[in-house]
Amino acid sequence: MKPKKGFWKLVGLLSALSLVFLSGCSKLAVLNPQGPVAKTQSDLIIWSMWMMLIVVVVVFAIFIFVLVKYREKPENMDYEPPEQEGNLKMEVIWTAFPIIILILLAVPTVKAIYSAEEVPTESKDKDPIVIHVTSANWKWIFSYPEQNIETVNYVNIPADTPVKFELTAQGPMNSFWVPELGGQKYSMNNMSMPLYLEADKPGSYMGRSANFSGEHFTQMQFEVQAQTDKDFKEWVSDVKGTAGKLTEKKYDQILSPGVVGRQTYNGTHLKWIDHAKDVYIPGKELERGTGHDHSKMKEDEKTSNEEMENMDHSNHE
Amino acid sequence: MKLDEFFVTGEPMIYAADAAIAMTVIGIVFVLTYFKKWKWLWTEWLTTVDHKRLGVMYILSAVLMLFRGGIDGIMMRMQLAFPGMNILDEHHYNGVFTAHGVIMILFMAMPFIIGLMNVIVPLQIGARDVAYPFLNAISFWTFFMGAMLFNLSFVIGGAPDAGWTSYFPLAGKEFSEGIGNNFYAVSLQIAGAGTLMTGINFFVTILKMRAPGMTMMKMPMFTWSIFITSIIIIFAFPVLTVALALMTLDRVFGTAFFTMANGGLPMMWANLFWIWGHPEVYIVILPVFGVFSEVISTHSRKNLFGYKAMVVSMVGIAFLSYLVWVHHFFTMGNSPSVNSFFSITTMLIAVPTGVKIFNWLFTMYKGRIKFTTAMLWSLAFIPNFVIGGVTGVMLAMASADYQYHNSYFLIAHFHYVLISGTVFGCFAGLYFWYPKIFGHTLNEKLGKISFWIFVVGFNVCFFPQFFLGLDGMTRRMQTYADNLGWNGLNLVSTIGAFLMGLGFFVLVVNLLYSAWKNKRDTANDPWDGRTLEWWTKSPVQAYNFAVIPHVKEMDAFWHMKKRNETDIKAEDLKPIHLPSNSGVPFISGIFWFIGGFGLVFEWIPMAIVGLAGIFACMLARSFDYDPGFYVKVDEIKKVEGITGGDK
Repeated sequence: MKPKKGFWKLVGLLSALSLVFLSGCSKLAVLNPQGPVAKTQSDLIIWSMWMMLIVVVVVFAIFIFVLVKYREKPENMDYEPPEQEGNLKMEVIWTAFPIIILILLAVPTVKAIYSAEEVPTESKDKDPIVIHVTSANWKWIFSYPEQNIETVNYVNIPADTPVKFELTAQGPMNSFWVPELGGQKYSMNNMSMPLYLEADKPGSYMGRSANFSGEHFTQMQFEVQAQTDKDFKEWVSDVKGTAGKLTEKKYDQILSPGVVGRQTYNGTHLKWIDHAKDVYIPGKELERGTGHDHSKMKEDEKTSNEEMENMDHSNHE
Repeated sequence: MKLDEFFVTGEPMIYAADAAIAMTVIGIVFVLTYFKKWKWLWTEWLTTVDHKRLGVMYILSAVLMLFRGGIDGIMMRMQLAFPGMNILDEHHYNGVFTAHGVIMILFMAMPFIIGLMNVIVPLQIGARDVAYPFLNAISFWTFFMGAMLFNLSFVIGGAPDAGWTSYFPLAGKEFSEGIGNNFYAVSLQIAGAGTLMTGINFFVTILKMRAPGMTMMKMPMFTWSIFITSIIIIFAFPVLTVALALMTLDRVFGTAFFTMANGGLPMMWANLFWIWGHPEVYIVILPVFGVFSEVISTHSRKNLFGYKAMVVSMVGIAFLSYLVWVHHFFTMGNSPSVNSFFSITTMLIAVPTGVKIFNWLFTMYKGRIKFTTAMLWSLAFIPNFVIGGVTGVMLAMASADYQYHNSYFLIAHFHYVLISGTVFGCFAGLYFWYPKIFGHTLNEKLGKISFWIFVVGFNVCFFPQFFLGLDGMTRRMQTYADNLGWNGLNLVSTIGAFLMGLGFFVLVVNLLYSAWKNKRDTANDPWDGRTLEWWTKSPVQAYNFAVIPHVKEMDAFWHMKKRNETDIKAEDLKPIHLPSNSGVPFISGIFWFIGGFGLVFEWIPMAIVGLAGIFACMLARSFDYDPGFYVKVDEIKKVEGITGGDK
């Protein structure tokens, strides 16, 4: 029969196409994990893909079978289909079938949700390095409290060591995402959220903001450079020897809206401001640190906000 | 305010739009004057309280907005076709994707569905009208004025550009100083008020206006879906109203509900938005489940398989829709237990949805399936929606969602569910009920051409986006670097978008061609329908049914045909009472617009004028003692072509 031949050709073409797509999968960032966190997530995703494939195959098969078998043909024009109220047995089957699949997905999902909140099990014995991340429109600021250095738009981490990123923001929300190392979390003002990531081996990974934050959001990229312990230590001492000191004035310049390149500083802003706890008003040292304690709200805070809106940013460049 | 702050300037595309808007207005005014149609427009359309005409106006607005939102989509895809394109600069691009989202959800999907329900629901339940015809007209005009106000933003004042979700603090005055986002707050508020009134209206209509004998469990599935949708609207839209009111207060009057400073809670906006926003996606998906049920059962010549299970599953989906909003921000740092709870409730939605898919498949099983265009749209829904559904389950797995969140994987998923659900469903409904509305079918050949181009284009456009998402491309990116390996997939996606545009173009050609050429169908029942709407005359008369039907079973009209009970007897006819037309809804709509415009521009006196006008309209309505009018028996006889039975 002619239509059937065409049908099998189509099936062949589709499976060939999906093979092409799937073989490309191994290179897709999310399915190319470079650390234990991303690995857990990638395994979960691939497991869910198989489960979902079962659903798709079953539904598509029934769909095609019904359409081919029961289509209106000249031969069956006088066929009067029966009225069917329903069928309890069938309906129980197709209620139970998805429930089983969902259980098979829900259990590993919940496990993975809990595991993402702590140091990856593979590196339980190692102390994580803590890096504070501040998103400010439209750049990423990384502070190393232990090393007492700060970088902008790039972050170096030791490989094979868990990293605890403490995410916060000055201004609109952003989302900190390094697909090859693991999933993302939002960075928000007046809040601090931990995100554990780890790189298995040295390498360079792309990171970006996944949450829209205004005009130059697209440029909110950063590079995560995973280095060997030795290289990382060298880099830190290099920075301590050569980079300029981070002053409040300098920091206010970094925060003013705009796009900047990579920058490296000695010292961190953490000693005078913690965005996770305080509202920060660039250029107004005296009025900082009022906090989000509602009872402390002061009249002068309002006026300084108005001034912030009218501030001319051009003189910072 | 200077003139160049009032009109958006400096953008050649905006000037072109200005010119196009001016030309269209002049064209409309000219045509109406030349053919002396002003009076016709006023008496037949602007003042109508007839649910079918309001429905037609809803659908017409929706098709126009589909065009507008589609152009926005194509512009975005052009910008992303190649790396480093600069068709839209960042600022403009942000405005375009915001408009695309808002327009497609609120000013395309919603009115299309509300239009279909306006036309069909009273007919399906054997009613003469909706419960509150006057309120129905108010609903339409508030929706319409809200939509127009929103559309005005891109030429006057500046378009909102904080995304259709408008997250704070970005959408607040701290980071979006202009008036652009005021348009978002005010126009959605006005349109939302109309939607809430529609929800109440149809809830009451379906509860109280059913023909004698039609119990709840004998209602057609489309009516059931609208009933449940109305309940969701009644619960969800007040949340939007409150959220937008607080947003307006923040932006226009300087309060600090969602601000960054002064103790505002930006996350509260995200919660309020999605407590409305998630049920909202079911508001636009459940009615089309109803449409597909009608189309599939009619075209398989079978009753709907598992009717009770279908109803129960819809109730289940409606209930679950309120327990899942946090899945829109799994990555906002919730505790693992919260994420686990919302992860599982979200996945659970797949169960009732799956039940429905299998019920539709088994409705066709042992049937005699006829492939009309309406049926093709319904059939295409099944495989495409399954792809959207399974990727939805994948997104529901919170831990995996850390990798998908806000990426193109998400974009592909929700376009798969919303386009193959809502858009296909609207098209299926349009082709299916078009002869009932206008008295002639749409051209099947053009319909099928448009169908194939659109469906192929849809898959070409959105399938590659799953892979872009897995490769780290995030939504709302204005451009991307050449070395990321995203070039090919983006280009393919753009080609798909153009194909969809072409498919839509053929659909519009079909509407015009069929209006001009297609034979006026004298048959009232072109598809051999099963439900009561097919008993009325096409196009439907103002009074809907010459005689109110008595319902004995499900698929009432099908059984009436089997028993040869479809003839109307002259002795059964009685004079029919109908409500009078009224200009008040339209005029109050104008005042909503004036008030809204004033509020957007923070011109408080103008806003007060608008508010006063709205109250004046309410007052006028309160003293309106017009009791309506009766259609005489002779007239009904003439219209329905019935002879004899003279008293």
